[in-house]
Amino acid sequence: MTAAARGGGRRPHVVDDRPWDPDAVERLTPEQERFYLASQWTLMWWKFRRHRLAVWSGALLALAFGSILICEILAPYNLHTRDTDFIYAPPQAVRLFHEGEFVGPFVYGFDYALDMTTLRRVYTPNAGKVQPVRFFCLGDGYEFWGVLEMRFHLVCPAEGGTLFLLGADRLGRDMFSRTLYGARISLTVGLIGIAISFLLGVVLGGLSGYYGGWVDGAVQRAIETIRSFPELPLWMALSAALPVTWSPVLVYFGITVILGLFDWTGLARAVRSKLLALREEDFATAAVLMGAKPRRVIFRHLLPSFTSHLIASATLSIPGMILGETALSFLGLGLRPPITSWGVLLNEAQNINVVALYPWLMLPVAPVIVVVLAFNFLGDGLRDAADPYS
Amino acid sequence: MIAYIAHRLTIMAPTLVGISLVTFVIIQLPPGDFLSTMIAECEARGESSCMDDLETFRRDFGLDEPLWRQYVIWVTDLLRGDMGVSFEYNKPVEEVIGPSLWLTVIVSGATIVFTWVVAFPIGVYSATHQYSWGDHGLTLIGFLGLATPNFLLALVMLFAANVWFGTSIGGLMDPEYIDADWSWAKFVSVLEHLWIPVVVIGTSGTAGLIRRLRANLLDELQKQYVVTARAKGLPPGRALVKYPLRMALNPFIADIGNLLPQVISGAVIVSVVLSLPTTGPVLLRALQTQDMFLAGSFLMCLALLTVVGVLISDLLLAVLDPRIRLGAGAGHR
Repeated sequence: MTAAARGGGRRPHVVDDRPWDPDAVERLTPEQERFYLASQWTLMWWKFRRHRLAVWSGALLALAFGSILICEILAPYNLHTRDTDFIYAPPQAVRLFHEGEFVGPFVYGFDYALDMTTLRRVYTPNAGKVQPVRFFCLGDGYEFWGVLEMRFHLVCPAEGGTLFLLGADRLGRDMFSRTLYGARISLTVGLIGIAISFLLGVVLGGLSGYYGGWVDGAVQRAIETIRSFPELPLWMALSAALPVTWSPVLVYFGITVILGLFDWTGLARAVRSKLLALREEDFATAAVLMGAKPRRVIFRHLLPSFTSHLIASATLSIPGMILGETALSFLGLGLRPPITSWGVLLNEAQNINVVALYPWLMLPVAPVIVVVLAFNFLGDGLRDAADPYS
Repeated sequence: MIAYIAHRLTIMAPTLVGISLVTFVIIQLPPGDFLSTMIAECEARGESSCMDDLETFRRDFGLDEPLWRQYVIWVTDLLRGDMGVSFEYNKPVEEVIGPSLWLTVIVSGATIVFTWVVAFPIGVYSATHQYSWGDHGLTLIGFLGLATPNFLLALVMLFAANVWFGTSIGGLMDPEYIDADWSWAKFVSVLEHLWIPVVVIGTSGTAGLIRRLRANLLDELQKQYVVTARAKGLPPGRALVKYPLRMALNPFIADIGNLLPQVISGAVIVSVVLSLPTTGPVLLRALQTQDMFLAGSFLMCLALLTVVGVLISDLLLAVLDPRIRLGAGAGHR
């Protein structure tokens, strides 16, 4: 047939005897159909899944947040357990083989000596003291979630032995356990803070974008005012103003409120610019003409069109709060013991002596870095996925 | 251009009022003022002369008046250049703040220049070599700088410099120069000390700038005119530098507004760790002793610094980019 067509000769008359299907051209392959029928959230999930780093970061954060639910069980020691025989003990390495023989995970016990010239405590691992790590064991007592008296741990030191995976601090408390407990405070500070800033940002940005006019002007000026204050000094001033008489728990809530109170400006700007564009759309006009009140128009019709963007930008501002809390507590203006956060732990590493003599006191910075990075990558992935049609 | 400047200045006015209000609230926040503490001390010592001093204080600052009157008194004093008295140092606030504020300006300025110098080549490289190992590696380093708390980095650098270079790098100059007049030797000494805080503070801002420059440049590189330029045989280097790069440069100027508060925040905590004679340590001390006039004035000066910085960056941007100058000027004439 092609030869005939090319030759320009007369074509033979052909009748296709299959029944004619008018939709044949437009019919979709099953994959295409699956794609077109998928909801917006499903599309976002597919797009998010392609961002490997973001998926791994999300998994890591899920693990971290899961761990704060059961940190009492995961930690080998209680938060407040002190062992004055092991003040400033260095980290103990977990080994598997003792003199060429497989023993399972164990640590070498410490020999303690006081260096009489420098008055420094010297701990040397003694290869004769093999202290196997116990699993699913009974150890330090604690109150699970502050109510249940329990002694069960995932790992414990050997009977009469020690297990300082990240060393011990100036009171002989296990840094690893304290870091695990610290996650509970440090991670939730960001969450509560972002909840407050999310609420403020959506409401104020919504009002500003929907009404325009003087409301918009006022909110914009407020945003500019807040943005011209450098964050940290402002946070410092406000947390220094928290009454000294407050209990540590109240201080914790005070700090989270302070962190959230000044972070909404970015979100409010995003909400406003989106609303300014969206309120001109036909569906918004239709809703107004049908008599919907502003609150319904904003929250029912306009906000859902960019919720995904909001979630992405909220995720990106959590790390700032975690770093803020860490910095405040490091300066001694934030949380105070007995509340333990990563910043409070780092407060011990305030001077250069610590870096020189007890560098493991700086280790709580590792989870800070990991969590901040993970939030950044996760937020990046969410932001890319927020617009699945691009 | 004049219309634009005028418009920009009128926008600033309400912001300044807002800043003064926030500062005033912060000064008033702590329960009980410094004065009542001093009165208690005076009574304990039982000296009548110090009670007289306090009475003058009380009258000068209108501490018995209602709050809004106190605010008016405070603002009018401010406009006359009188920031009140630091109770802790027993000196006018501006004398305490002045020198350290200058050093803060120097450190912040140097940090911003450093951020630019580092971010520019990295951003261009990342955009032109998108998804290469170099791109991923440099991005990761940038992110690490973003995620590491400044104060800890400062501490480690302090230690490292001590061990490897044998110099004590705390402070902003060698001790013998602190009260000396400015000379070449003093200048060199300042430079020797300046790089640590600049690098430490700069790390946190660099990542953001790199990413924005990279994103902007990537957008530009995909546009038609770049394709045309390449198709017409323009060498790749020229096809990059001549137009796309210039278009992507805006964030460098526009970002001062975002960068400056961040840099000043970083400077505060880093200077506490490195004990630099900038605002950080003095502010911290003022907050700890609840010397609120001093603390509030500090906060306000830092905010003003930001406002002025943003103003300068906006004006620069308007000079560079006629779209901004003409667009905003026409819109509000």
